[in-house]
Amino acid sequence: MQASDFKSDQYVRFCPGCGDHAICMALQKAMAQIGIPTHEVAVISGIGCSSRMPHYLNTYGFNTIHGRGGAIATGVKTSHPELTVWQMSGDGDCLAIGGNHFIHEIRRNVDLNVCMFNNRIYGLTKGQYSPTSPKGFVSKSSPFGTVERPFVPAQLVLGAGGTFFARTLDVDMPTTVDCLVAAQQHKGCSIVECLVNCVIFNNGTHAWIADREQRAEHSIILKHGQKMIFGRDNDKGLTVEIDPVTFVPKIVVVAADDPRVLTHDATQPDPTLHRLLALMGEENGLPVALGVIRNVEAETYDQAVNKQIADVREKAKAKTFDELTATLDSWQL
Amino acid sequence: MKNIVVRFCGDSGDGMQLTGNMFAQLGAELGHEISTLPDFPAEIRAPQGTIGGVSGFQVQLGSGVYTPGDKADVIVAMNAAALKVSAMNKHYHDHAIIIVDTDALSAKDLEKALYKTDNPFTELGIPETVQIVPVALTTLTKEALKESEMDNKAVLKCRNMFALGLIYWLFDEPMEKAIRLLEDKFKKKPALIAPNTKVMVDGYNYGQNLALSVNQIHIEEAGVKNQASGRYTSIAGNKATAWGLIAASQKAGKRLFLGSYPITPATDILHELAARKDMNVMAVQAEDEIAGVCTAIGASFAGDLACTTTSGPGLSLKSEAIGLAVMAELPLVVVDVQRGGPSTGLPTKTEQTDLLQALYGRNGECPAVVLAASSSANCFDFAYEACKIALENMTPVILLTDTYLANGTALWRIPKLAELPEITPQSVPEALKGCYNPAIRDERGVRYWAFPGMEGYEHRNIGLERDAVRGTISTNPENHEQMVLARKHKIEQIANSIPELQVQGNAHSNLLLVGWGSTEGHLHAAADKLNCALAQFNYISPLPKNTREVLKQYKRIIVCELNTGQFAAYLRSQLPGIEIEQFNEIQGQPFAVERIVNYASK
Repeated sequence: MQASDFKSDQYVRFCPGCGDHAICMALQKAMAQIGIPTHEVAVISGIGCSSRMPHYLNTYGFNTIHGRGGAIATGVKTSHPELTVWQMSGDGDCLAIGGNHFIHEIRRNVDLNVCMFNNRIYGLTKGQYSPTSPKGFVSKSSPFGTVERPFVPAQLVLGAGGTFFARTLDVDMPTTVDCLVAAQQHKGCSIVECLVNCVIFNNGTHAWIADREQRAEHSIILKHGQKMIFGRDNDKGLTVEIDPVTFVPKIVVVAADDPRVLTHDATQPDPTLHRLLALMGEENGLPVALGVIRNVEAETYDQAVNKQIADVREKAKAKTFDELTATLDSWQL
Repeated sequence: MKNIVVRFCGDSGDGMQLTGNMFAQLGAELGHEISTLPDFPAEIRAPQGTIGGVSGFQVQLGSGVYTPGDKADVIVAMNAAALKVSAMNKHYHDHAIIIVDTDALSAKDLEKALYKTDNPFTELGIPETVQIVPVALTTLTKEALKESEMDNKAVLKCRNMFALGLIYWLFDEPMEKAIRLLEDKFKKKPALIAPNTKVMVDGYNYGQNLALSVNQIHIEEAGVKNQASGRYTSIAGNKATAWGLIAASQKAGKRLFLGSYPITPATDILHELAARKDMNVMAVQAEDEIAGVCTAIGASFAGDLACTTTSGPGLSLKSEAIGLAVMAELPLVVVDVQRGGPSTGLPTKTEQTDLLQALYGRNGECPAVVLAASSSANCFDFAYEACKIALENMTPVILLTDTYLANGTALWRIPKLAELPEITPQSVPEALKGCYNPAIRDERGVRYWAFPGMEGYEHRNIGLERDAVRGTISTNPENHEQMVLARKHKIEQIANSIPELQVQGNAHSNLLLVGWGSTEGHLHAAADKLNCALAQFNYISPLPKNTREVLKQYKRIIVCELNTGQFAAYLRSQLPGIEIEQFNEIQGQPFAVERIVNYASK
């Protein structure tokens, strides 16, 4: 299949220069690469710039109400596990108004592919701070700067027992496509945090890594089974040191040929190291982790709940309404 | 007597609901009409012996039974607090019999129930015409089980069966059938069958042998003979609702999907459907009310018969999502088991106060179908009808029941699936393959349903306004008006396929009582006494086509409801020019027939 098979006839209305354009193209490419026919794919979204995405994909789509995409996608997948279900959401839709559905789809491990577009701003309502805006962020609704601590989405995902977390950047098409394909291949709730630029209201929010000159020094693309090496000249590596007094582990940068350089294991069930990797960034002077950070196997809700029904039905004596009413205490009048 | 009303009351741990249910079920099996009213506190276990912990169960048996009865002929009071609650609320009439456990009237018991003197009967002002029957229930139960090896606590749990046996004697009920029923009730706890049977039989014999100062009461021949012949059972409204949904799903050939969040008094529907995996029901206990309706909307988008069940506060939370289902034109059944409101209100009490919320409680011009069940048994029929209308008309349908119907039981004639009306979901015709969009409608104005998995019908559905021709997003002003009217018309045309309004009682009277939903029994009984007509509505939006025609035939119309006049306001808006009087009660209790009669006789 071709990426063009997944393009709808709708004119794409993201602002010129918006990072969502790139993710839209990456989705079409990834869906073609995955090769599931368009009629077996359902793309569910809430409200926000990113939630327009279903209109541009030639699959089944449902652009619903603010924050509820996760619950609606859960209904689609649970009732019809044979479908491939994607959820398109943003940092406001997913982490503010839809926060409850977000943590519960992760907790249940519903087999969904969730693209969470993080531009650290409310775009469609024209520029208010979001749950991922950094502390002190000045916006129309925080003219003196926010006093709130932001969410780190990965922490929320891991805290809710997440089985898959990837992070990607709008300007890095190959990593984005790889992450989307891996999200589909993973059975369970796959969260892909797409770091996107809002050219109108929050331009340059990810500049620390989006800047072409700096990207190699400020980010690392994690690949399962490969050494954690980064830098313009691939000269740096990552390892973990444990503080001898507090026993708190922390990630440190060492030379690429240092034998202590870690090999990435996305399938490790213990989330400790995944969390440390996901927390790297400008604040602690460590490279932002991109790629698939966590990818572990666990039973999915949709499979488990359908299996339970099948098991009960196999043993049940009554399977139809008339057979059911025959089991009642009843009398003839 | 033609019919009798018995009220069992005691501590919430005394097993009053079970006792009352067993008595009602035996009556039903003997061919009596039944109507029951469980009346329990919101607290799971209030402190023992206190007024807050009193749990009651009232049942009316006999013929011409439309309600659980205004006032009891016989009260069984298991403790001092129950006696006090009965007296305070005037649960009995002036010539009633009160059977009371004298072992539960000690100084300590009286103190817990906040009596001020040591003579409860005088203090409560129980009229002398009321016959008090003191029975040492606790002592007699202990005596009955003195040879068992049960501990004291387990023995005391059998007190209710002694009272039940005594009541069976009072009404001269056949003990063989009563024992069989008991064995069936306890079949999952076989160790309890022998002791409970022993206590129940001893209770019966106590009445028989000691010749209590009361006479046995004979209930006249069963009155249900004029009902349709068939197999009958007694069913509670919530279970009937659940089974109506199941029957509809099988008739329509659609998987039943329930998205729900626990809420009193609707939770029993979730319980029943979660247990019905044998019927291929997918029941999701969602993370909140909103997710309950949203998972259902997702399942509907994917082609299932989707439902959500809730009560008033939950309906408020679901409003926006119901609007989405209206806009996306997806079939959805929303069951609202109404309770006392607003806010948390009276969670375990009954009220009809969500009508206007169901009709209008959404943003925008947002019409949906609203139905109301009017007996515990016909919760089945209207749950079934809600599914039929939703699937055939691509719309949300809100079904209103309430605490009274949900927990009360009534006699239900068990139907066969084959005899239920056909359900034809609005499936997309093959001819639209390759050129389908979600705005294409049939001649009734109902859009077609295509869902993921169907090749050649890929489309994007939306909560945004859509173009009337292409089905894609549109902000065009004329298009919006056209679409608002199209959604309105779609609901209005449903009036063509629902039954016309039928008047009950004396159609030629000048007086018409009007009600909707759960008040049918009380209004029917009142109309009988008043020899007047009754129009009871099950179809609220849209109204039956002949509503105006029927109402204008009456000189005096009294709309009776358990709210401040919501249906009356709705009728005035729908049928301008028709004079309407109102009779309203908002006490969290069903109507008392007597009060309606008194008002209408003025």
